[in-house]
Amino acid sequence: METTRIDTRFAACKAQNRPALVTFITAGDPDLDTSLAILKAMPKAGADVIELGMPFSDPMAEGVPIQLATQRALAAGQTMQKTLDMVRTFRQDDDETPLILMGYYNPIYSWGVDAFVKEAKEAGVDGLIVVDLPPEHDDELCLPARDQGLNFIRLATPTTKGKRLDQVLKNTSGFVYYVSVTGVTGSGALDADAVADAVSTIKDHTDLPVAVGFGVKTPEQAKAIGKNADGVVVGSVLVNAILDSLDEEGKASDGTITAVTSIIEGLAEGAKAAKA
Amino acid sequence: MTTPSQDSNTPVAPNSLAAGPDDRGFFGIYGGQFVSETLMPLILDLNDAYEEAKKDPAFHDELAYLHKHYVGRESPLYFAERLTEELGGAKIYFKRDELNHTGSHKINNCLGQILLAKRMGKTRIIAETGAGQHGVATATVCARFGFPCEVYMGATDVERQAPNVFRMKLLGGNVNPVTAGAGTLKDAMNEALRDWVTNVDNTYYIIGTAAGPHPYPAMVRDFQSIIGREVKSQMMEAEGRLPDMLVACLGGGSNAIGLFHPFLEDESVKIIGVEAAGKGLDTEEHCASLNAGKPGVLHGNRTYLLQDDDGQILEGHSISAGLDYPGIGPEHSYLRDSGRVEYVSAGDQEALEAFQLLCRTEGIIPALEPSHALAHVMKIAPSMDNDQIIVMNLCGRGDKDVFTVGGHLGVNLTE
Repeated sequence: METTRIDTRFAACKAQNRPALVTFITAGDPDLDTSLAILKAMPKAGADVIELGMPFSDPMAEGVPIQLATQRALAAGQTMQKTLDMVRTFRQDDDETPLILMGYYNPIYSWGVDAFVKEAKEAGVDGLIVVDLPPEHDDELCLPARDQGLNFIRLATPTTKGKRLDQVLKNTSGFVYYVSVTGVTGSGALDADAVADAVSTIKDHTDLPVAVGFGVKTPEQAKAIGKNADGVVVGSVLVNAILDSLDEEGKASDGTITAVTSIIEGLAEGAKAAKA
Repeated sequence: MTTPSQDSNTPVAPNSLAAGPDDRGFFGIYGGQFVSETLMPLILDLNDAYEEAKKDPAFHDELAYLHKHYVGRESPLYFAERLTEELGGAKIYFKRDELNHTGSHKINNCLGQILLAKRMGKTRIIAETGAGQHGVATATVCARFGFPCEVYMGATDVERQAPNVFRMKLLGGNVNPVTAGAGTLKDAMNEALRDWVTNVDNTYYIIGTAAGPHPYPAMVRDFQSIIGREVKSQMMEAEGRLPDMLVACLGGGSNAIGLFHPFLEDESVKIIGVEAAGKGLDTEEHCASLNAGKPGVLHGNRTYLLQDDDGQILEGHSISAGLDYPGIGPEHSYLRDSGRVEYVSAGDQEALEAFQLLCRTEGIIPALEPSHALAHVMKIAPSMDNDQIIVMNLCGRGDKDVFTVGGHLGVNLTE
């Protein structure tokens, strides 16, 4: 398929000898305007690739931080249309930062797969991560998305072994997202050596960049993981920062945007030092 | 002695209604394996283990022994003479799975799955529960086989089903209240999946209904189909012919598919599933996925779901916590679309009336779940001929519900 912003950005980071910093927030958390402002501020703070969560009522693979972020977004009235419109607005000022929509299949299925991939591409989305679509169901969304020029980024996990790894990689494009722990997002203790081994195994099977996520919280971890990985994914620590910044009524405060960007700045420093 | 293997291995014609699921776990477009990659290898292993167990006579022998001596199967097929007279129409029989050990059909499935967990060398059991019947059945088999047991239960349900929470604790189960979402069954299922994804090496997840990723819908159906197989032979003995109609209630639909499945190819048998209409299908407070939902993907399968226009899952409502789930087993979705089974609904009030009628006419206190099935029987039996036969699955007993019913009838039993 054609080269996407994701391919270009990972290649650029590689040329700079550093891992890409991939940052996640939930669209519409804690409200649409604040979320859009955070989204726009992320590249300047050091985000190389952005994952924007499509809120879903039943986020089975998420730990408490992203569950709460999802609930905040839905309570504030976030919809799929608003999420796509956020991407459109973001693209007016930024035509280079790759943007990936991440979530669960039902809101997309409800929208209609063909219409969704068309509108997502047109809005400026570069890739999709859909947690509950394993390669067994590539015909559902992965292949229609690829035909539309969207990368379909697959998660590989510690349970993805042997022949299954090739099956998982088969229709994956953009990059491979290695889930560093068995567990939900934001959980578990990172074992940098085990992650390095896993990344190296995946790299024996593919030329795609490998990004690592689930449990990266600090600049030190970003540095340690980024030593072997092509990308470092952070999410829970950012949505926790949003939560901590809210006022007594649960609304965004003056500090909400900088609460997120200051963490991204620190993580970007950590990532930059990874391969030095 | 009839073992489950003999009947379940009866060949069915290709493309027949009873032949599903296909190799990918689909009944038509419903079912599948919509789970995260971390779980995918686990459910593939489970599928292999179940396929092997199905072929192993020792597995079926052990299950049959436990059914007879631990559960008390076969459960009676009972002619409800006074109720039949009262309603004045078709002859009404009850399949009395409420007499099973633990008080409902849930034990049929839990025994099958715990034997499978043992075969697979798993050492820890998790389960979700709504009303607590599946949680009690799971804690029971865990006690019987010496497994640690973690039950996830919505915080709201923990409050309103206190007797079952206590039962689970007595049986050695650990009840984890789930506060996410509205704190009901779907939230409990999310949390059980989160546990499973975290404890992949040692943990077996006993799903309580015929839903979830393949192979669960087919496996749970197979374990529950003992209900329908027994009915078939008991009815031949009692009446020398098949019944004219089967009726069962549906939450996730495991008792219903267990009764229906062995009869799907018997065209003369009309089959009716009864969903919970709660406060009415024209309100938002019901859980009639097949009557008022649309197809979507949740908890590992594609099926009819209660959802809004943006694909967000809605909370179900029913007076009966066991029916309070916004989805339905995928095989029911398939049977709905094919037209083989008719799916109707009955509301809270109708279920309460049916509950009381059965207490008075037959001396049986039913659970609120099958009270919904009975509410439909009350509607339809009087219009049928005296020589016609209805079999209704009386899938649970009502001891657990007396507080709820008391509350609705203005009697406070807790003070």
